[in-house]
Amino acid sequence: MPEPTPDAVPPVGADGNRDLDRYAEGSLEPGLVVAQANLYVSAVESGGEGRRRVGRGLGVGAWLAIGWLAFIVIVAVLAQLGVLPLKDPNRSYVACARRGPFSTDGTASGFLLGCDSNGRDMIARLAYGSWSSLIVATGAVLFGLVFGGTFGLIAGYFGRRTDAVITSLFNVFLAIPAVVLALALVAFLAGAAASTGQSSVDPKLILILAIGIVSIPLLGRITRASALSWSQREFVLAARAQGAKPVRIMLREVLPNVLPAMFSIALLGIAVAIVAEGTLSILGVGVRPPTPSWGNIIGLDRGRLKESPHIIFLPALMIFFTVLSLNFLGDVVRARLDVRESAV
Amino acid sequence: MAGRGTAHLRSPDASLLRVEHLVVEFPVGRTGLVVNAVSDVSLDILEGETLGIVGESGCGKSTTGRAVMQLPPPKSGTVVYDGVELTALKGEALRATRPRLQMIFQDPISSLNPRRTVRDIVREGLDIWGIGDKAARDAKVDEVLEAVGIDPANAGRRPHEFSGGQCQRISIARAVVTEPRLIICDEPVSALDVSVQAQILNLLEDMKARYGLTLVFIAHDLAVVKNVSDRVMVMYLGKVCEVAAPDALYASPAHPYTAALLAAIPVPDPGVRPDTSRVLGGEIPSPMAPPSGCRFRTRCPRAEERCATEEPELRAVADGQYVACHFPLTPGETIDFGPRAG
Repeated sequence: MPEPTPDAVPPVGADGNRDLDRYAEGSLEPGLVVAQANLYVSAVESGGEGRRRVGRGLGVGAWLAIGWLAFIVIVAVLAQLGVLPLKDPNRSYVACARRGPFSTDGTASGFLLGCDSNGRDMIARLAYGSWSSLIVATGAVLFGLVFGGTFGLIAGYFGRRTDAVITSLFNVFLAIPAVVLALALVAFLAGAAASTGQSSVDPKLILILAIGIVSIPLLGRITRASALSWSQREFVLAARAQGAKPVRIMLREVLPNVLPAMFSIALLGIAVAIVAEGTLSILGVGVRPPTPSWGNIIGLDRGRLKESPHIIFLPALMIFFTVLSLNFLGDVVRARLDVRESAV
Repeated sequence: MAGRGTAHLRSPDASLLRVEHLVVEFPVGRTGLVVNAVSDVSLDILEGETLGIVGESGCGKSTTGRAVMQLPPPKSGTVVYDGVELTALKGEALRATRPRLQMIFQDPISSLNPRRTVRDIVREGLDIWGIGDKAARDAKVDEVLEAVGIDPANAGRRPHEFSGGQCQRISIARAVVTEPRLIICDEPVSALDVSVQAQILNLLEDMKARYGLTLVFIAHDLAVVKNVSDRVMVMYLGKVCEVAAPDALYASPAHPYTAALLAAIPVPDPGVRPDTSRVLGGEIPSPMAPPSGCRFRTRCPRAEERCATEEPELRAVADGQYVACHFPLTPGETIDFGPRAG
């Protein structure tokens, strides 16, 4: 079979085109060319735009999750900006205390979801509380991602002794019960802030730091595992052969490939952090009342589960749906980003 | 065959790359054992020459290529490239030699970053070394992409939108963009369809002529190596068996292992039954505990006691043909590997 000479090579180097050229030269069987052309066409169809469409329907569940999260975020931001027609979350309507949702009683008819034990509007508490919960959870995960991600990337790329040292540090951190560590950190950070005369430090910031530090090994280990496998790819070796320095390789070659895994685990991490914030609030070291958060709404009235269950269940439901949505979306994101790999 | 020695090396002044007594070992976990990947291999390449390295999987041919690149550096031995001893360099001094010594890998998919565009991938070498301004770099990228047969208009795409053959063209473009003098091709066509293999081999020949390249061509396919090489080196279990010009090597292999490799090349005729008596039996021994003396003796029908005690040195058997064997084949002689032992 005569190979096309370099001059005959069309500048468009599609191998499929070359086969057609060889057919034109009479050096290929017609049937073969048709089969190859079909393959080529279907490859084109399944590539590019087509590939993005095939099997990429998000599904109802994912859209519900996205819808819920968007709703929560919008409510949180708008409530914080004060543009929502909500009651003051800190004002007590004593007559309505512990009133349940959908009450038709005249005095409580303005409170669709009832009131807490101090007579504060549940809707307003939940709306303002979502801001606290989301900001703490997101901030903590971002903090964890920046530090855990950096250490994980370094451990995964360099391997050997660097990896051994960083991984054992992660393991030591992981061996300490997360809630206990966060509790200790909150106490320590609050004490440190007070002793330096910065008593005005936002307790949310302390929570972000505490939960963020606890999340470093979790996020770091995921990053490390992903970075380890990507660092063994030949394109990383190629970058080293070209003389790229380690930082450049980590940022340009490894990190972009590790980001999907980090993003997917970050979604799950936010869910865990929301629960952690709730746990700490229930234990009384979370967002400081009267500022509401989903966790401290539960924490404040945790003794009234029997008489006024709605005070506990409404914020619990908010946490439940948000965590569920984040977990679900995290799985969807991971599955979708894996497709790109397997399609290659 | 456990060949060592430097009889096949030519004048140091003439060679672009000269590797002497290269040794690469990898520790196995914490067992204290080592894999003897490359044991005392010497080779040299003249400017503009193509050296083919063949051998079965695990014979250390890829490791040799990477050790030349100092990725990772060899345990011992010297690598002199263009008058500079790479094995003596470290850090920045070693990094500075990178753009002049490049590599092409076997897996066209794995060797391109799926998250970067083809333009970024090819331009990376220029970006690292700050060669030219932005416009000049883009012009250079367009030039090499066109040279390898990729339309620069498609350079904004990512590797997964290209076929395996096209990806290998992009890898070649990336390797030549910094204008190296030597490129180590590590099984560049092994992962490709046969029809695409020929295109890539032709392209490498074109690139060689166009950019004045010297190539090290690593492969396990003797037929592929024969067509592209000026000199072929056969390796077995980290050692050199035979070095010769391809025509001499294929016409009259002197080493039993070379003969076995040649006998294993399939005949493109379904009516021809493979001659099992000429096919090598057994398995390649563990590189963690290689046989004493000649490493090939455990599979060699000619092996005698001397082969177990004394390691053969490379010596000339004909003009330009060097073999590391105590009992080399004479021209025209065939070798019977006997019934296939398990």
